[in-house]
Amino acid sequence: MSNAQTRTPNILFPEGLGTPATVFAEPEFFRDLNLDQIVAAITAGRESYDLKPLFYAPLTNLDQIAFRHEVMRDLENETTFSSLKAFSDRMQAMRRQLTAEKDYRYQYQKERAVLGAAHDYCEGVSTLRRELDATVPRSRGLLATRDYLAQVAESASFKALAQQARAVLDELAKVRYCVLINDANVTVRNYEDEIDYSAEVGETFDIFKQGAVKNYRVEFQEPIEISHVEAKILDFVAKLNPAPFAALDGFYAKYPTFTDQAILDFDRGIQFYLGYAEYMAGFKKAGLSFCYPQVSDVSKEIVSRNSFDLALASQLIASNTTPVCNDFELHGEERIMVITGPNQGGKTTFARAFGQLHYLASLGYPVAGTEAKLFLVDQFFTHFDAEEDIKSMQGKLKDDLHRMHGILEKATSKSLVVMNEIFASTSLEDATFLGKKILTKFGELGVLGVCVTFIDDLASLNEKTVSMMATIVPENPSQRTFRIARKSASGLSYAMALAEKYRLTYQHLKERIAR
Amino acid sequence: MKTHLLYRGRDFDWDGPLPSHHEALIQDLNLETLFGAMAGDDEYLHEAARQVMLKSFSDDIETIQYRQAILQDVLQNTAAVQELFDLAVDANERKRRQWFGVLGKYPMGILAGAVDVLQTLMDVVGKLRIFAREKGRNFRSEGFVTLFKMIETELPEEYFERIKTCLRELRFSDGILVSAELGDAAQSSQHTLRRIGKVKQGLLKRVFSSDGPPSHTFRVSDDDGSAKVISVLRDRGINPVANALAQSAEHIGSFFSMLSAELGFYLGTAALHSKLTKQGVTLCFPTPAPADSGRQTCTNLVDISLAITAGKAVTGNDLQADGKNLFFITGANQGGKSTFLRAVGLAQTMMQCGMFVTADAFSAALCRNVFTHFTREEDVTMKSGKFDEELRRMTAIIDGLTPDSMILFNESFASTNEREGSEIASQIVCALLETKVKIFFVTHLYELANAFYGEGLDNAVFLRAERQTDGRRTFKLLPGQPLETSFGSDLYKEIFAGAA
Repeated sequence: MSNAQTRTPNILFPEGLGTPATVFAEPEFFRDLNLDQIVAAITAGRESYDLKPLFYAPLTNLDQIAFRHEVMRDLENETTFSSLKAFSDRMQAMRRQLTAEKDYRYQYQKERAVLGAAHDYCEGVSTLRRELDATVPRSRGLLATRDYLAQVAESASFKALAQQARAVLDELAKVRYCVLINDANVTVRNYEDEIDYSAEVGETFDIFKQGAVKNYRVEFQEPIEISHVEAKILDFVAKLNPAPFAALDGFYAKYPTFTDQAILDFDRGIQFYLGYAEYMAGFKKAGLSFCYPQVSDVSKEIVSRNSFDLALASQLIASNTTPVCNDFELHGEERIMVITGPNQGGKTTFARAFGQLHYLASLGYPVAGTEAKLFLVDQFFTHFDAEEDIKSMQGKLKDDLHRMHGILEKATSKSLVVMNEIFASTSLEDATFLGKKILTKFGELGVLGVCVTFIDDLASLNEKTVSMMATIVPENPSQRTFRIARKSASGLSYAMALAEKYRLTYQHLKERIAR
Repeated sequence: MKTHLLYRGRDFDWDGPLPSHHEALIQDLNLETLFGAMAGDDEYLHEAARQVMLKSFSDDIETIQYRQAILQDVLQNTAAVQELFDLAVDANERKRRQWFGVLGKYPMGILAGAVDVLQTLMDVVGKLRIFAREKGRNFRSEGFVTLFKMIETELPEEYFERIKTCLRELRFSDGILVSAELGDAAQSSQHTLRRIGKVKQGLLKRVFSSDGPPSHTFRVSDDDGSAKVISVLRDRGINPVANALAQSAEHIGSFFSMLSAELGFYLGTAALHSKLTKQGVTLCFPTPAPADSGRQTCTNLVDISLAITAGKAVTGNDLQADGKNLFFITGANQGGKSTFLRAVGLAQTMMQCGMFVTADAFSAALCRNVFTHFTREEDVTMKSGKFDEELRRMTAIIDGLTPDSMILFNESFASTNEREGSEIASQIVCALLETKVKIFFVTHLYELANAFYGEGLDNAVFLRAERQTDGRRTFKLLPGQPLETSFGSDLYKEIFAGAA
């Protein structure tokens, strides 16, 4: 029933800039940056929409990013968010019933499923239309959708569909019947105002129903399909109540299909935003922040405040801890952060977070942290040490160099590289020599990057590199953090150091007890 | 139907967690000795004693007095309370034997099981009503009076009969009538059990005849699975009734298990009372004081665990220390320091759960928690060193610390050198003193005790285990400045006397 004069809205891309080609394969760097886990979490429960390809296509234009930011901002309005959520639920219910209709064997069940689907569709469309009218979205995407919904909802065919579905449902709701079971004899007839026996018994035993007791109700599996005995009962109920069942037959014959493709497309597209909004909510509840990044395609002044690795943070929150947030910035000529420091200090986590921030920004999403200025990256590259590689040291080094060379071939000045423990398989001398060469080349190219390394010399290579050092919080070695300052020796006696560790010094206790 | 013999108007939380530090408390205060004396070999009574003693720290003065009054009733009517207890245990046993029916998978089976259990439990309820009528008047405490009155008012004769009739009718001799509506896949839904032949007021039941409502009857059988389908329909209708009956059975069952557990605690306490009285140990009901009162006085306070083990009266101590919150106990080895520490902790614990205490007189401010930090034999399973282990226990105490707690330290932080141990202990004590915590500290760390002595604090008391000039101990603690030696040489002499 779409009107030829109505422009079909698109919730994912602004008009006029085209849409990127659909990519079905997960990009290579996804796993290294834990983006695979992040995308799985965002799309969890939405598998039927097949959203993953949307995540494999980063945006290439600042207006596309602005377009998605607008939609995300609209979703911050709780009313708008829940309107869209309710709409999706309705559409899910509709699809579920249309699928069930194909599986059902008994005619009345098929008919009832289509009736239910049509009703959910009509309710979904007209409710969303009404609510978007009331909340007044600001995004181009939702404004166009609202106008389209209005057009559809005002059409005569849609109105007729909604009205008829409602009428048949009302008729069927009035049907009430009784089944008398006496050993093997079963009698079916209409309900005759017999009193509710369970209420009567409940009342008698009411005084024994105090406090929290176990629920002894048995959960019945809701039948996908009725059995032949139930079908027999249903046929007889239909004979007892001919009018409502005739109306049901009529509706089924009249509406073999009733959906509008643009509305179905919108339902899928909006999941891209709803999924991320729900994903962010989990972190916000744990006290972490998200912000709209200021994305530039010219300036490489990079700022991030209180950002974190989303994949790690999910795990920590699940075990009731929160990650430590980080700040970093790149100014002037600075392009590459070189991270050194002890193991388990969260170096790799930091490197991943840097990649994640830029990637999620390029999808048009808000990013972790309280403030972010990021660059619109054209290509992402990662080089992580492949642990399971059983090749000889030499073979591995050769491999590493090949991979590096490949990256240097493809990378442009707008690319981003994350390197984790490069050349760990060779001697310190070799690793230092090669590391300097490679970093110098990346520096000349001007790529943005993070390099995690055990080679302290790389940290002070040239004006393009910034040295950062991971340190462990002495009181809580399991807590990962980053400090640029070096840890100074404590100079405490062993016993006092232990007291420090258990946070039992006077200062610690004052803080702990004050809580 | 509620028992409420441990709290006025509410249940004791038997299923809730024990305080996090309960294992240390049991070990350090020798609570097992106490539980053993209360319960003998009876595991049930043992558990009742353990639960109530360890979970009563946050109760108020009114609750303590409420329990003290009930305990007095129990001491005066021990035989009758035992009879009541046996009644409750019998009900628990019957319920246990028949409960399997209620655990069935189908509402029809659950209902039949629940009707069985209820019919046999109503039997015991009948006996309970007779007990309340005949023996109730001998009880004076608010708790028992309320319980017996509740039985009278909540289960009057006619209601008792109505329940019995209802249980009979729920065997469904005339068949089962279920009403239904159409669900969203045209399946039956909203199944409701209906009373056959009984209609809402104002509507006459139509005669079932040729001009009656049209109906359709068919037969089902097991052969084609149709009987199974119909039983599901029936079960859907019965579901809420089965639930209501099973919940009622559970409720009456839990009434009796609550009753037996609560009485178990009091009967255990009464057994302990009788045992100690026979040994000639003086007992009294303590006077609890508000948490902020700073009250801490006692006369002839005895370590009850020592009295039970010794089987006779033992030396007690006096303490008049209202308003004090820091107690340093120093002095001779084997001089009664640990015994005194335990006596203080045990009396506090017993007072707070409503028990008597082993003293001529005892009054103390309520504590929200009692923590113990006692030196331990090195644990071979422990990966870390002893000092590390001590600090770990200390940090756990800090995690669970609440205002108005009492902490008993026994030779803590002595597993490193004296200077470091004193320094760390002193930082901990200083930090704790700035909160509302009462500290008893038995220590050999002279540097620690003397440093606090030198401060001349108003709120501190320094006690010393006495040693007579010939080296003999009196097991009496008296006020006194910490001394630099702990008379280890005396012990050495005693143990190695005549050895060489």
